This record gives sequence, C-alpha cells and structure tokens, in this order.
Amino acid sequence: MNFDYAFAWSIVPDLFQGLLVTVQVVVLGFLLAVLLGLLLAIAQRSRLCVLRRLSSGYLSFFRNTPLMVQLYVLFFALPLVGITLPAVSTGVIGLGLYYGSYIAEAFRGAIDGVPAGQWEAARALDFDSATTWQRIILPQALKPMLPVLGNYLIGMFKETPLLAVISIPELFQAAKQIAGMTYRYNEPYTVMALMFLAISVPTSLLFKYFERRSHA
Amino acid sequence: MFFDPTAVETARFIARQLANGALVTLQITFFAQLIVVSMSFVIALMRLSPWRVLRWIATVYVEILRGISALVLLFYLFFILPLFGISLSPMTTGVLGLGLTFSAYGSEIVRSALSNVSRGQRDALQALDFDSITAFRRIVLPQALPFMLPPMGNQLVELLKTTSLVSLITLSDLTFSGGQLITTLGQQTLIWSIVLVCYFVMAWPMSWLVKRYERRVTSWRRSVAAEGAAS
Amino acid sequence: MPDLAQSPALASPQISLKGVVKNFGAHRVIDHLDLSIPQGQKVALIGPSGSGKSTVLRLIKGLETYQQGSIEVAGASVPARSSSWRLPGTKKAPVVHRVGMVFQQFNLFPHLTVQENITEAPFRVLKLSREEALERAHQYLGLVGLSHKADAYPAQLSGGQQQRVAIARALAMRPQVMLFDEVTSALDPELVGEVLAVIRAIAHEQQMTMLLVTHEMKFAQDIADRVLFMEAGKIVADGTPEQILVNPDNERTRRFLNLVEKR
Repeated sequence: MNFDYAFAWSIVPDLFQGLLVTVQVVVLGFLLAVLLGLLLAIAQRSRLCVLRRLSSGYLSFFRNTPLMVQLYVLFFALPLVGITLPAVSTGVIGLGLYYGSYIAEAFRGAIDGVPAGQWEAARALDFDSATTWQRIILPQALKPMLPVLGNYLIGMFKETPLLAVISIPELFQAAKQIAGMTYRYNEPYTVMALMFLAISVPTSLLFKYFERRSHA
Repeated sequence: MFFDPTAVETARFIARQLANGALVTLQITFFAQLIVVSMSFVIALMRLSPWRVLRWIATVYVEILRGISALVLLFYLFFILPLFGISLSPMTTGVLGLGLTFSAYGSEIVRSALSNVSRGQRDALQALDFDSITAFRRIVLPQALPFMLPPMGNQLVELLKTTSLVSLITLSDLTFSGGQLITTLGQQTLIWSIVLVCYFVMAWPMSWLVKRYERRVTSWRRSVAAEGAAS
Repeated sequence: MPDLAQSPALASPQISLKGVVKNFGAHRVIDHLDLSIPQGQKVALIGPSGSGKSTVLRLIKGLETYQQGSIEVAGASVPARSSSWRLPGTKKAPVVHRVGMVFQQFNLFPHLTVQENITEAPFRVLKLSREEALERAHQYLGLVGLSHKADAYPAQLSGGQQQRVAIARALAMRPQVMLFDEVTSALDPELVGEVLAVIRAIAHEQQMTMLLVTHEMKFAQDIADRVLFMEAGKIVADGTPEQILVNPDNERTRRFLNLVEKR
C-alpha cells in the first residue's frame, strides 16, 4: 500500500474544516470546565455540608465513568427533558462537565496548597468570604494551576475524536467520512494524526515554557 | 406484588447482555494493564539509562503516544496496519492500543517515582557496592513503590473507562453491549444510564482504594517528617 | 501599685470572658476561663507551651469556636460558633473591626506588595477610598519605619521587616484592641529587637488595649501593666509585672521563669 501524496494534499481542506470545529469545541468546553471546576472546588470548602456532599458526589460520578457513555446519555437525555441543542453544543457541555470534575480536583489541590495562615490573616482583617476568595486565596492558588490547566487543555483536545460518536463533524469524523467515501484509510488517518500532533505538541511546549518562566 | 413477566424477562435479558459486556471490559482492562506495567518500567528505565540512544528512543515513544489520543491509535492499528499486511484481531488491537497509550503516561509515573528516591541514596548504594540489579530490586524499588502506586491506581481507573473506546472497533465490551441492546430495545437514555452506572460500579471501588491508600501513605510520611523535625 | 484588674473604676471592661470552655476533640484547651480587661490596658500572657495562651487570643478574635461561656469585646458578643461576628442588634451589618491581630508567622499576602497588603482591608472592608487607604498605609509604614519598602513584595523583606509590615497592616484598621501572638518566635534572634521596639512604641503612644503572648520576659515586664500566667487552660497567676515576674509568690510561676531564664 503506497501513500498517495496528491490525494493526501487534496483532503487537507476538508480535514482542516474538521479541525476548526474541534478547536472551537475544545476552547468552549475548556472554559466551561474551568468555570465548573472552580465552582466545584469552592463548594468543597463550603461551610454547608450539603454543598460539600453534592460536589463530592459529582466529582466521584464523573471521574468514574467513561466520557463516551456520558456523551451518549447527554445526547439522548437532553431532548427528553425538552432541551434540544445542536450536536456541537452537546459536545461542549459533555466535555465541560467531564473535565470540570478533573479540573475541580486540581483546583482543590491548589487551594489546599495555600497556607492556613492566609485564611486566618484574611479573617483577622475581617474580610468577608467573597473578598477572601477573590483577593487572597484564588490569586495564590491560580499561579501553580497554569501548567496543570495546560495539560488538561491538551488532554481535552486529544479526547475530541470521541465527539464523532455523537456525530459532531470534527476532525476525526471528517477523516472517517473521507475514508468511508474513498475506501482509502492511510491518507486521511495519517493526515489527521499529523494535525493532532501539530496542535498538541506546540501547545504542550508553550505551557512548558510558561511553567519554566513562572518558576524563574 | 405484581410483576409483568415480559418486563422481568427483558430485565434479565438486559442484565445478561451487560454482564457479558462487563466481563469483556474487565478482560481488556486486565491484559492492557499487563502491557502498561511492563512497558512503563522498560521505558522509564530507558529514560533513566546512561545511554543516549535509549533515552532518545524512549522520549520519542512517550511524546508520540501522548500526542495521539487512544482512539486515533486504535483506529490506526485497526484500519492501517492491515494495509501493511499485519492483521490483528479486534481484541489484540484493543489491548495493544490501550496498553501502549497508557504505558506512555505510566512510564512518566514510574520515572518520577524512581528519581524521587534521592540521589544520596544512590550514592550510598555505590559505596556499598551493591550490583545494580540487586540494588534496584531491594533498595530503590521498595522506596519508589509508595510514590507510584496511587497514580498508577488512578491510571488503572482511567484505563478501565477508556476501554469503552474498543466498542468502536467492534469489540463487544460493555459499551458495545449497550449499543446492541438499544438496537433491539430502543430506550437509549435508560440503557445508556444503566451502562454509565455499571462503569461507576466497577471503577469506584478502585478509586476508593487508591484514596484510602494515599491517605495512609501521606499520614505515615507526615508523621515521619514530624519526628525528623522534632529530633 | 493598685491591682488594675479589680479596680472599681473599670466596671465595664473592654474585653470580658466568662466561664469560657474550649475543647479540641477530647482535649480541654481552655478550662472555665474568666478574664476581664479594661480599656487601654497592656496585658502580657505567659506560660508554658500548650497552656492555651494563643487560644485565648484566637477566641477573642473569633478565629476559634468555643463550647461554653461567653465572650464580649467592646460591648459586642463574640458568638461561640460563627467565624465572623457582628454588632449586637444588626443582622447583616458590617463585621466589627475592633480587634487587630498579628501572627507568629506574619501571614502577609505574598502576591501583594507591602503597600497593597496594608491598603487591602481598609479599602475592601472599611470601604475607604483608595486615597484614604493609601494615606493610612503611608502613615503606618512610617510608624514601623518601612516607608521605603512600600513597593516591595513580602518575599523581598527580612523576617523582622515582614513582621513590622504585618503590624502596620493590623494597625491600619485602627482597632481598639491589638492582639500579638508570639510575634517574635519565628524570627532570628538578631531581628527580634526591631519588632519589639515597634510594639513598645505603639504601647507607649497609643491608648489601645493590647494583649501579647510572649516568651520575652524582659519585654513583658517593660511594657505590660498586667501579666497573666497560664497553665493547662487556666489563669493561675494574675498581677502586675512586679508581682508575677520579679517576686513571684506562685511556685509554678517561679519554676517556669527559672526554666525560661535557663534557655
């Protein structure tokens, strides 16, 4: 089996369309995941037992079940409760909910890393809890979070082929379609793999660079 | 109390199908984990070895496998290898693909745990003139193990979850069984929810064990550190 | 010298603890403690470690819960459970900012400059304007002799300088009561002097009530109007520095002082 470069080149535009959808879903899903992760982590520190329990239950459930099956449930269950969204939005929500549980755990670790004395100093100065979080705790917790978030962003990006199972026209779906129509597998999948590497390797290097700079 | 006999029959059918699927899921997890553990050590030792070629090969292995997702690798193995005349059964493809992907992450865990065992320790070993295999087995490994077990356990949970991907290369695992049930019964939301719970039931005990072990190890380390500081 | 604690002129004390009990699990840290401190008094708390001195300060600031008794500061009660306490009769009124506290470990905010460390609370809690908050920062940085470090980060300062900033930060809230919790214990010996000098100056110039937990007996003798000796969650000796530190009539106090001197 030979590799047809002309054919490979000809399918690049189609795959690139898929890549754009992939990037879009990842960026939106990532924002949702960070926001959700932050809320879940703060809930873990809540004085209300109910909130802590709910947050723990959420983390435990979403971290112990496969994203793919979560996507299936979401895809079929949302319309049942009267929410009909385009597949792309379902993908964003699915990725956000799943990765939110991982990012929450990372946030929790970072928040636990802020010394107890900082909480006490804030209370000794009579800060209310919103000010304590915003001005004292989160700024200190976020700095070591940056490389961790970077890793999750890359992880999410690599997980996007899964979105094909709920028929989102992302990169993997595009490659599959081309393969299905032309009966050529080598070129679409190879070009797709190269595209994944072309995004994930530089992103990973970029975050490593940030990390080194923040240590300096 | 009254049960609709057909409903009971359906429930039993669902249970049987999903149990079969779950068994396949556990099998794949087990065999893939064998590859993960052995390859993780091989690659980690290569990355720590004094020979540059070995280090370089291991680094490329890790970077490439971490750069590509498990699903892409599975499809590559499943659709492209046959074009080169290598035909693997779906089971072999699944085990190999997942095993290789996770070994890339596993090797990093092993590596960081091994290099965590301090340099001073290694100098002491050389002074004692242990041959290096004995030293590794008796001194380095027992110290590194508590560091690598929790992340390895978490990886195992991830692996178990990720096996759901093999349903896409026609392996009849838990997810695949769920899909089949839906083609005969419909009821997508119900079936997928049951499948979700099945995964949770398999993965959660593992996560729980890891958490418990982690708590014990850290409390032990803390007490050791406290004694060290006090003396 | 009259016993200030029993003086009839001070009928309404600024700080009052009545029958306070604090348990830490099965361990009783504070055991039916009664204490009343009139306004302006400088009180030193001494005693062996684990005797509950720091806990008394933390209770007064409302950083700890307690199981029995009552605590009042400047006419407002410090509730046994809640972390923040409020003026009596006001439900969602602003938190009372009458007690400032300085910690052993400084606890400066490492991501903020010295100046921001000080302006943050007046600006966010007292709702002063930025200019007013800045003015206060300059005033108190001047007081602790660190005006030139306004734009430095805590990590760029010595331990003694950090502790002086922490004192300025607490003072900038203009508290009626200042609590100093072993503020020199974490410092290298050569840095202790500069911090004590600052506290001494505050004690002499300002009429605020001060409570200090300290192991510096000379310093306690120098600035305190009253010394409390604590042991096992109780106050076992209470009097002037003269009575407690110079001519202790209590056997345990004497033993403790001997121990401290030997160290």
